[in-house]
Amino acid sequence: MFAAAADTVYFGVFLTLLSYYIGNIIKKKFKSAIFNPLLVSVILILVYILATHTSYEAYNNGAKYISYFMTPATVCFAIPLHQQMKKLKENKAAILMAIIAGALSSMTSVLVIAVLFGLTHEQYVTLLPKSITSAFGFGVVEELGGISSITVPVIILTGAVGNIFGPYLCRIFRIKNRMSVGLAYGSASHALGTSKALEIGELEGAMSSLSVVISGLFTVFTASFFAAIY
Amino acid sequence: MKYLKQFIIIFGATFLGEIVHKVLPFPIPASIYGLLILLALLESKVVAFEEVKDVGEFLLDIMGITFVPATVGIITAFDQLRDFLIPILLVLFVVTFIVFGITGRFSQFLFERRHK
Repeated sequence: MFAAAADTVYFGVFLTLLSYYIGNIIKKKFKSAIFNPLLVSVILILVYILATHTSYEAYNNGAKYISYFMTPATVCFAIPLHQQMKKLKENKAAILMAIIAGALSSMTSVLVIAVLFGLTHEQYVTLLPKSITSAFGFGVVEELGGISSITVPVIILTGAVGNIFGPYLCRIFRIKNRMSVGLAYGSASHALGTSKALEIGELEGAMSSLSVVISGLFTVFTASFFAAIY
Repeated sequence: MKYLKQFIIIFGATFLGEIVHKVLPFPIPASIYGLLILLALLESKVVAFEEVKDVGEFLLDIMGITFVPATVGIITAFDQLRDFLIPILLVLFVVTFIVFGITGRFSQFLFERRHK
């Protein structure tokens, strides 16, 4: 039965939608951010795949059509940006400086960890683009010769971590300015952080969207410099 | 047919973004070009906000689901993952917290200074 299911195209689509839906129900029931629908969904699918000896290829044969919506969804970040364009223009210098500081702190921290743990160059560049959205990160890691099958999940899990811990981090770091909240979400946890920022408010969402674009661009053009250091 | 028109605009911008990505030599993904194209359309009032609102909200709402299949792909890299699991966990948690704190605090400092 499991083999017959894995042989269909809609199996991967259905399993993804159902597991995410279950994740949503669990999140509502326990009212805790720790039960992130994305994480719950991934764990449920992994358990299913391992328990039924289904291959990732069989799952992704259908699930890839869900990934296909990632690009148009990212394109839609233009909408909150457009809605908040006035605020963005008023504060452009401060916004730009903060996003660049965020991107530099991300790559510098990865460099420090690589030195401390004596990572190989391949492992180091695999982790280097971890804060930028996966379309950017995939390009960077391919160019620098890292392991993209690790980079992409690390990027997405970074997004989930920012999404889950963001509210606590705002409290700990006393980030109260609405624009700063958005910049922090977008710089630390790219598109997935932005989906959380959009839940908080449109201004937060717009700042977070802008961070995804700027920190992605900045990282693309400076990652090779960081790769040359270690 | 309002949804059809909205899908055409958003997927049109995505499609154009992909073409630009293929033509230009920069390492910028198609989604970012598409985003800039849609933003230019909205800013120049060629496309009104209402003409992308519903489908845009839908796509932004399902954003999280679109990342699930690629994350499940971690299963194909388990062996290489085990070699540096601790640094990966530090990168996932500690680095994310650092970037969040630095960006948030630094921008807040800049905004407050400006408005004094």
